[in-house]
Amino acid sequence: MYNENIFDYMRTEKLPHIWCPGCGHGIITASIVRAISNLKLDKNNIAFVSGIGCSGRTPGYLDFNTLHTTHGRSLTFSTGIKMAKPKLKVINVLGDGDALAIGGNHFIHACRRNIDITAIIYNNSIYGMTGGQFSPTTPDGFIASTTPYGNCDPSFDVVKLASAAGASFVARGDAFHVLQLDKILQKAIDHKGFSVVDVLTTCPTQLGRRNKMKKPWENLDYIANQTVSIKKYETMSENEKQGKFPIGIFIEEKRDEYVETYTKRVINKAKGRK
Amino acid sequence: MSKLELLSGNEAIAKGAIVAGCNFYSGYPITPSSEIAEEMARLLPMNGGKFIQMEDEIAGMGAAIGASLTGAKALTATSGPGFSLKQEHIGFAIMTEIPVVIINVMRGGPSTGMPTYPAQSDVMQAKWGTHGDHSIIVLCPSSVVESFEYTIKAFNLAEQYRTPVIVLIDEVIAHMSEKVEIFSNSHYRIKNRIKPSVRPEKYNPYNVAFGSVPPLAPYGEGYRFHITGLTHDETGFPSMKARIVQDLQERLIEKIESKLKYFSFYEKYMTDDAEIIIIAYGSVARSAMKAVKDARKVGIKAGLYNPITLWPFNNKRMRRFAKKCKHFLVPEMNMGQMCHEVRSSLYGKNVNVYHLNKANGELISPSEILTKLKGVMHV
Repeated sequence: MYNENIFDYMRTEKLPHIWCPGCGHGIITASIVRAISNLKLDKNNIAFVSGIGCSGRTPGYLDFNTLHTTHGRSLTFSTGIKMAKPKLKVINVLGDGDALAIGGNHFIHACRRNIDITAIIYNNSIYGMTGGQFSPTTPDGFIASTTPYGNCDPSFDVVKLASAAGASFVARGDAFHVLQLDKILQKAIDHKGFSVVDVLTTCPTQLGRRNKMKKPWENLDYIANQTVSIKKYETMSENEKQGKFPIGIFIEEKRDEYVETYTKRVINKAKGRK
Repeated sequence: MSKLELLSGNEAIAKGAIVAGCNFYSGYPITPSSEIAEEMARLLPMNGGKFIQMEDEIAGMGAAIGASLTGAKALTATSGPGFSLKQEHIGFAIMTEIPVVIINVMRGGPSTGMPTYPAQSDVMQAKWGTHGDHSIIVLCPSSVVESFEYTIKAFNLAEQYRTPVIVLIDEVIAHMSEKVEIFSNSHYRIKNRIKPSVRPEKYNPYNVAFGSVPPLAPYGEGYRFHITGLTHDETGFPSMKARIVQDLQERLIEKIESKLKYFSFYEKYMTDDAEIIIIAYGSVARSAMKAVKDARKVGIKAGLYNPITLWPFNNKRMRRFAKKCKHFLVPEMNMGQMCHEVRSSLYGKNVNVYHLNKANGELISPSEILTKLKGVMHV
């Protein structure tokens, strides 16, 4: 797993990062960089895009064409980049509130188009940067700064949402099972089409602190216990499935990619008419 | 070599965009601007460009900015309610200094208002719609020919000043047809953004060593840099240092306002001896032109000033008018948005500024302006 090459892909002078001690975001970021390094991608041909929130700070530490956009809307910028310059490999990191609340519309439509972008959701189930308000993935009953009596909002299942919306690669990983995350991210980035990776991660400062997981390892331990392999999940009873998240690759299909389809079906036809 | 075409304002805008080198369009359908999207969907793929219909107005603006970052010339078009939605990303383009052109075919508001009727309801929104301090270039053509010409100019200005440029069109101009003489592409002066001349490792996306508009490298050509909507220093990375932030705020305004003389487009008619100058833009300028001619016939020395570059508003020119002329009339299809600016530009001058406002979907006719002129000039 240890890969010293990762620093070749980072703006090391920008470190240390702004994330809190014990935050899982650094684990995911390192995993993304290892995946890119293993795929031997050219730094000049990577556009690395983010929205707003803790995850939004990721591009600043990475030595690519980096873009820190607006809250929830990063996928729209990525779509423009990919359409206008298809040679760029576009990787887009998002937070759970970023991707699923304010950016929910952009997210499902990017899935629908199956445009060649990798969307990686740093899913810590909370709005960390704004002070710990509940997000669309905060578990039932959890305390957040805007759910002082316990969360009663139902949550999104990112995997089901992305699958139904049409993404051709859908996976879930987490910040505890890092070896597996490396492999999933490598496949997701290499995939042609819209790939979604829901990465469960920690926020000891805003989520853990209020929910008896104050120490970073307690929050990480919670993630470890929450996750089971897809294989095992399928053998579990409905009762056992409660509160568990299957991890692995759910969908990996070859499907027409948006920009290629546009080129083939629209541009070629239009040129014929000129 | 030129050819004559009968075009609507919306069609002329699409044609102008292609001539300007536009190769990307992203937007969302909205009346009365939709024909621009329809034309771009047809024209772009046959001219080496791409068109994408996005899931909403915000996305249409975001994709245009993303495309521009790769070096494309990007366009989006919208109308009132959609223009409101685009404001978030217009602010992003201002802050990050990414060229993009936004066409707003104005309709009645607030809210859904009157989707198919003309209005000039977004003059102030074009200037102040997004949060934070900034300057912005806004052009407002009065005819189909001007719609074509000023769309080309809008692209040139966006590229030259690394800024979003807004073109405001009255619905009536967007939908009426007029004759447009279109020349071959070499006839038009097309400007492209300055690319960096330094090696990639020396490049800073906001380096103002050689002027207030820094060169912009396209993504994917070896210049790896960072762009953020946060306040930033010359390297593009976030900075909250008071001096750096203040410099940035001032430069975002100065880089446009200090160059106004190069793009302060206008039309003047019989203002030299005018006792009253009508300040009118868009379709109203055409009614005002007729009103000036009719007024002269009944002995009112009227003149017309059409500030085609609505923003930044040219205060100096107004104050020059005020040296000789003591009466001004601002007819507009809103409740007095530009009149407000005219008054503030003439602050301290001993002049009268009259207004004529209509925000009911009807055009302002020459006879209405003439009646107002007669009233205020006691003829």
